[in-house]
Amino acid sequence: MLDTFLEVYKSLMRNKMRSLATGFAVSSGLFLVIVLQGASNGLIHSFEYNLGNLPYDAVNIYGGQTTIPFEGIKDGRYIRLDERDVNMTRRNFSHIINDVLPVVRRDGAKVSFRGKYCDSSIKGVYPQYSKAQAVRMIKGRFINNVDVSQSRKVVVIDEKTVETLFGKSIMPVGQVINAGGFSYRVIGVYKADSRYRDSEMYAPYSTVSTIYDKGKFVDQITMRLRDMKSEEEMDSFIVDYVRASSKIHSFSPDDVNALWIWNQAQDNMKMKKVTGILNTSFWILGLLTMISGVLGVSNIMLISVKERTREFGIRRAIGARPWSIIRMVMLESVVVTAFFGYLGMFFGIVFCEWMDVVYGNRTMDMGFASTKYFVNPTVDLSTCVTATVIIIIAGALAGFFPARKSVGIKPVDALRA
Amino acid sequence: MIRNDYMIHLRNIHKTYDNGTPLHVLKGIDLEIREGEYVAIMGASGSGKSTLLNILGILDNYDEGEYVLADTLIRNLSETKAADYRNRMIGFIFQSFNLISYKNAMENVALPLFYQGVGRSKRNAMALEYLDMVGLREWADHYPNELSGGQKQRVAIARALITKPKIILADEPTGALDSKTTIEVLDLLQELHRNGMTIIVVTHELDVARRADRIINIIDGQVVSDKTEYQEHGKTK
Repeated sequence: MLDTFLEVYKSLMRNKMRSLATGFAVSSGLFLVIVLQGASNGLIHSFEYNLGNLPYDAVNIYGGQTTIPFEGIKDGRYIRLDERDVNMTRRNFSHIINDVLPVVRRDGAKVSFRGKYCDSSIKGVYPQYSKAQAVRMIKGRFINNVDVSQSRKVVVIDEKTVETLFGKSIMPVGQVINAGGFSYRVIGVYKADSRYRDSEMYAPYSTVSTIYDKGKFVDQITMRLRDMKSEEEMDSFIVDYVRASSKIHSFSPDDVNALWIWNQAQDNMKMKKVTGILNTSFWILGLLTMISGVLGVSNIMLISVKERTREFGIRRAIGARPWSIIRMVMLESVVVTAFFGYLGMFFGIVFCEWMDVVYGNRTMDMGFASTKYFVNPTVDLSTCVTATVIIIIAGALAGFFPARKSVGIKPVDALRA
Repeated sequence: MIRNDYMIHLRNIHKTYDNGTPLHVLKGIDLEIREGEYVAIMGASGSGKSTLLNILGILDNYDEGEYVLADTLIRNLSETKAADYRNRMIGFIFQSFNLISYKNAMENVALPLFYQGVGRSKRNAMALEYLDMVGLREWADHYPNELSGGQKQRVAIARALITKPKIILADEPTGALDSKTTIEVLDLLQELHRNGMTIIVVTHELDVARRADRIINIIDGQVVSDKTEYQEHGKTK
């Protein structure tokens, strides 16, 4: 085997310039594949990052404003959700949704602690809310059932609020703060969604509902969808939901604006589609460049084999079997493509790492929120392995066909070439 | 049918090339060559002598007849089998040397052994031995373009001999050489003959043919004369 490789090495060194040109075609092809994949991954990762940490199946429903006059009532009417909506949701849609949770909120509450102030909104929630909206606790605990049943005045605040009110020296958990004119004990700290500046604090549903006299009204219904596979299913769920709600609030069953449906799941599905398209198109681009590299290799192998017809004739005259010649040419081709392919891949990965360092953590600030547009623009191992396998197979084929053609010539004719 | 006392046995060999119009090149060649014979095949260009040599060397096939080489019927061989027979039974010497340009003299000589699967150090040692035999040991690491025509042909002879073949086939071995090196190469062939090698030379030069024991004349694809030389002139050397 070593012998065969020496033979291959000698033959490649015979025409260094050509081997190099061949190699360059392959190298640049693989370099581009890796860089394009890396860039595409960077974009996809940034989408994922910017989606935040909400579970992908979350749906929030708020009251909206009607846009269609209905049964003698003018349009422009505000719809306010209440207990009937919660019950309706649980009753009608239990087969496709989990965790139907009403939420009440108080916006623009002044929050203070020992002379330090900030604005926040207080959300009255049930314990399952933390799971439904993926609230990540850093310290302490989230609202529990006892908090709700006893209407305790406890809050879970975010880390930004902690920084504003307590600074670094005071342990927030256990402290009593004033929020919207009432005192609350801090029981936990959660990780703020980095995208939003506005802070929210969570208190038991019963507490907020009572304090602000919400009565039967709710401000938001949170739920999680089960097994939604297509956008069509999603769309039909929304149509059904609006219809069901229209019976409660007497608005036109076609008036989609009467409710404001914030649909993470649908966004996610669209995003998946977009990233899928992005990924595919980058792969196609990469493959095309790789194919052009491979075509370069096969072209050069074709010329090289043709030029060496006589040499192969000599080799056959002194006893080379056809297969040993085919194998030699294939091996030459594979060695060139694999070596230079690896080189291209290596530089591609280096380039991706460089992109990661330079652009990977740039943040675009949009005032109310900040976003990253390039996160971790690198390729994973499977991409590299796929590319390597493709390039080696392509190299082998690029060598095989011209070589087989060449040994198809009778030795006597090959010697005359 | 297969006769043990002949190295080569040809019976009624026909060969037709079909490049548009069929060209009947060999029209029934019958020939027997004994082991150890030194035979020259003479003929004008187009007479079919090279075609005959190619068939003898299993580089080309024949359409009709029977060719037995060292008790082996050579007929309808796969290219793999043909390659093996060429490797083990036949040593070629070509007019244009046919050395591989990017291999030095030693590697060129050793190449047939590579195809026998002989290890590198062993085949290189053997190659040096054979280069020594043709007087080119010092030139072992020179590439063909650094060698004179005569030297190249001697390297080719060493390559032809290294597998200890049954026969040596030489196609105009001195065609590209000047008169001085021609003599060197012919002397070398003569020496091989004295050591018992069966040699077949195709040539159109009478001086070259006269070195052989036996001269076969081919005209228009048929053997017209077959003389054992020393009966007429005595052995030249």
